[in-house]
Amino acid sequence: MQTVLYVTDDQERKGNKEIMEEFTVIGKRISKVDAVDKATGRALYIQDFKLPGMLYGKILYSKYPHARIIRVNTEKAKALPGVITVLTGEDIPPVRLGVYKDNPPLKAGKVRSYRDEVAAVAATDLETAREAINLIEVTYEAVPAIFDPEEALKPEAPLVHENHKTNLLKMPWNLHYGDVEAAKIEAAFNVEERFSTTWVTHCCMGTSGAIADFDHADNLTVYTNTQIPSLAQKDFQETLKVLGFKDKRVRVIKPCIGGGFGSKLDTYAYEHVAILLAWRSRRPVKIVFEREEEFCATSPRQPTVTYISMGCDKEGKLLYRDMSMVLDNGAYTSWGATTPSVMMMPITSLYRVPNVRYNAKCVYTNNTYSQAMRGYGNPQATFAIESAMDMLAEAAGIDRVEFRRINSNQPGDVTPQGLKITTCGLPECIEAVSRDLEFGRPREKGVGVGLASLIHVGGGARIYKSDGCGTIIKMDDYGKVDVFTGASDMGQGADTIIAQIVAEELGVKVEDVHVFHQDTDICPWDVGAHASRTTFVAGNSALGAARKIRHRLLNMASETTGIDEDKLTLKNRAFFADGKQVLPIGKLLRGSHFKPRGEMMMADNFYDPPNENMGRDFSGNMSATYSFGTHGVRVKVDEATGKVEILDYIAAHDVGRAINPMLLDGQVHGGVLMGVGYALTEQVILENGRNMNPDFRDYKILTAMDAIHSKAVVIETVDEQGPFGAKGIGEPGCVPTAPAIANAIYDAIGVRIKDLPITPEKVLAAIKKKNGAVSCGIDAFTQKEQPCE
Amino acid sequence: MSREIKLMLNGNQIFVAIEDNWTLLYLLREKLGLTGVKEGCGQGECGACTVIVDGLAVNSCIYFAVEVDGKDVLTIEGLAAADGTLHPLQKSFVENGGIQCGFCTPGMILSAKALLDENPQATEADIKQALAGNLCRCTGYVQIVESVEAVVDKSSEDINVVVRETGESG
Repeated sequence: MQTVLYVTDDQERKGNKEIMEEFTVIGKRISKVDAVDKATGRALYIQDFKLPGMLYGKILYSKYPHARIIRVNTEKAKALPGVITVLTGEDIPPVRLGVYKDNPPLKAGKVRSYRDEVAAVAATDLETAREAINLIEVTYEAVPAIFDPEEALKPEAPLVHENHKTNLLKMPWNLHYGDVEAAKIEAAFNVEERFSTTWVTHCCMGTSGAIADFDHADNLTVYTNTQIPSLAQKDFQETLKVLGFKDKRVRVIKPCIGGGFGSKLDTYAYEHVAILLAWRSRRPVKIVFEREEEFCATSPRQPTVTYISMGCDKEGKLLYRDMSMVLDNGAYTSWGATTPSVMMMPITSLYRVPNVRYNAKCVYTNNTYSQAMRGYGNPQATFAIESAMDMLAEAAGIDRVEFRRINSNQPGDVTPQGLKITTCGLPECIEAVSRDLEFGRPREKGVGVGLASLIHVGGGARIYKSDGCGTIIKMDDYGKVDVFTGASDMGQGADTIIAQIVAEELGVKVEDVHVFHQDTDICPWDVGAHASRTTFVAGNSALGAARKIRHRLLNMASETTGIDEDKLTLKNRAFFADGKQVLPIGKLLRGSHFKPRGEMMMADNFYDPPNENMGRDFSGNMSATYSFGTHGVRVKVDEATGKVEILDYIAAHDVGRAINPMLLDGQVHGGVLMGVGYALTEQVILENGRNMNPDFRDYKILTAMDAIHSKAVVIETVDEQGPFGAKGIGEPGCVPTAPAIANAIYDAIGVRIKDLPITPEKVLAAIKKKNGAVSCGIDAFTQKEQPCE
Repeated sequence: MSREIKLMLNGNQIFVAIEDNWTLLYLLREKLGLTGVKEGCGQGECGACTVIVDGLAVNSCIYFAVEVDGKDVLTIEGLAAADGTLHPLQKSFVENGGIQCGFCTPGMILSAKALLDENPQATEADIKQALAGNLCRCTGYVQIVESVEAVVDKSSEDINVVVRETGESG
């Protein structure tokens, strides 16, 4: 294993010259290929598309969290000039959405959350559509609702879906490797604790939206914000089938996406409503969310209640980890319900732990329904694990950093779940953080340091039967390259990374490569931008296609020049022999079109990584390689106000290889600040199912004023499976942030906050409780005495 | 009520008929086709719709179109030079990783421009203060602030300073 440590600072990177020099494009801080378009306002998002004859759609949402729909009167709305179509749940065939197919795009008979779509309007302009929605009269009969997932599991709880018979989803997330009970007896030190995390939401700056457009033969084009163009195409095809259109084409066009973060991993009611309105209107229909809708009608990260116990022997070696969780699924089922599959990875495999048990219950409630968000459950699980790691280290009397060193994953490990750890830079990450943050430095009052680590899939994740991605490459007469990839760029830079990989392999410049990633009519199949898989899977796919082209180019060049293939090199848009340019690529390609039995330069490649689906016991090597990282933070806690200030932050990541250090830094810095928000400020406040803070005034994502000086440290382990050695890095940046901060707060003032977000109120209450106070004052909202908890 | 207003828009004088209840955002995006002006919230909270009016960065979503009568409006479309040369801030955002999804970028760059026109030697604290009203979910702001700092570091000569009194776009 080749391990390289560098700080992403050009001065310090010079130490790695020998490694960097073998590449012309890989490892360089290259500007994003779409950056100029975005800096000049040319980039087009869903908001910016207008089709001839296009109508504007609006959705009417439920007024109750749980109610029977008695009557919907659409007469007044239909009579409004400019209204073309009004649809209710009664007007549409049985289209069903989501992982469980439990969600109709327009509800009939019953609503199960405030987010439920009751009716929809298409009108000639947006104002008219808005007005028409307000003219629809719905008579409801409220029924008892349930909002707490633990309460929802009780036998007397109202049922969210009557025909489901129980609020517990039939997804048996249970695993047990080794013997946890025996290990508990054997352990010298044990800890046991309850942790909780809350609803947080993606807050993409560009809101959700779609345009649906049928042609004269009922073929459908959908312009939509999606991270899963190929799977969305399939979903829309299913809707067409229900509408009675068989064998029709569906084309998905993905404009620039104003942020994804997991929010666009499924298709949603608004997309299908746009299709239904377009189907009924016979005109294109556009639905774009307003910000309040974005907060209320998109799917947040699911909250968890976690019970964890963990123990180690006298030397500090972990013996067992025992975790159980309750997840609020909300009223319908999207991928949020499957996040325990990824939570299993840190639970079984973050640090060496021989005996592991885990069970998770996903529970229907009358809240909004949940979705995956950056990390796919990993942030919730890691919050509990890494908080408990500090508690256990303290119980065992072992230094926190040393405790993690003792238990660190190592290259060659096979974890209890069967994850095969190949390259592993975790020990180096721990060292980088402890050295950089000076853990041993004398303590100032109210100041503390904390650290937390992560494991994440870094080589794709076999969630579906395929984890594949296709690529087509063609070269034109002038040596320019068109790459058609299944990958989805959503701002993270997938198009740039793929252009770099192809440019490196074909000896051309990045600006010679044009990456198409936005149209299912043109681009090959892929399972979507999730699991930090794009650089690894789409990168390998593109690399494989480029290799085919390279091979043919060298072959043809050898024929043309009479020089042996192995004496030719391909760089700077030309072939070189003995250091001299012998033939430009463009000239060779032009010649190939004019010679007898001419040929064109085109190749395709499908790459499906060597990873495994989980077996019945949830074991299996789900990723071809794993990403590791450690974050360290120094905080200052104001004991008078409970305010937490971040003084220093260091994020060390094993990324395999930094294909583009500038974009990599961006993923880390962005992930870290999202993680800081998760730790300290962000919460979707649901009061009896109603979103109480659907705007940026009250939902606190961090601003430039709150930006922290995070320092990104990159550990290159050059994974032999990765394209040029790279692993995925999209999600890891926000995974260990919250526990690192919670651990630092404990170090600073001796109180452990177990429930996110760690607001000043919670910190203050915990300080008061620690100092023996019983009452923490009068709550401003309820006017009641608050206990210090 | 409708009326005609006159404004300098990206260096060109235009006359346009508007309704009193239109926002500047609506006028620019829906009527004048300047879709580089983004709507992120419609409530003046996110800054994606930022444009520069007489040298000041404003949220065009809560700024009435009627108020730009006789004023000078600069949108992202008017920032690069006529020959397409990027403004130093645009170039810096491109080269320093200040852009990811790009939805906040036009507003972010224009807020930064308004700051640097006013204070070409802005400090990091000044930059963070000036950009506090422009939300970004992708970058953690680190490379955005660096992108602005990189322009400050250079001599301020290559930045076109808006002369607010005369209302000329830079």
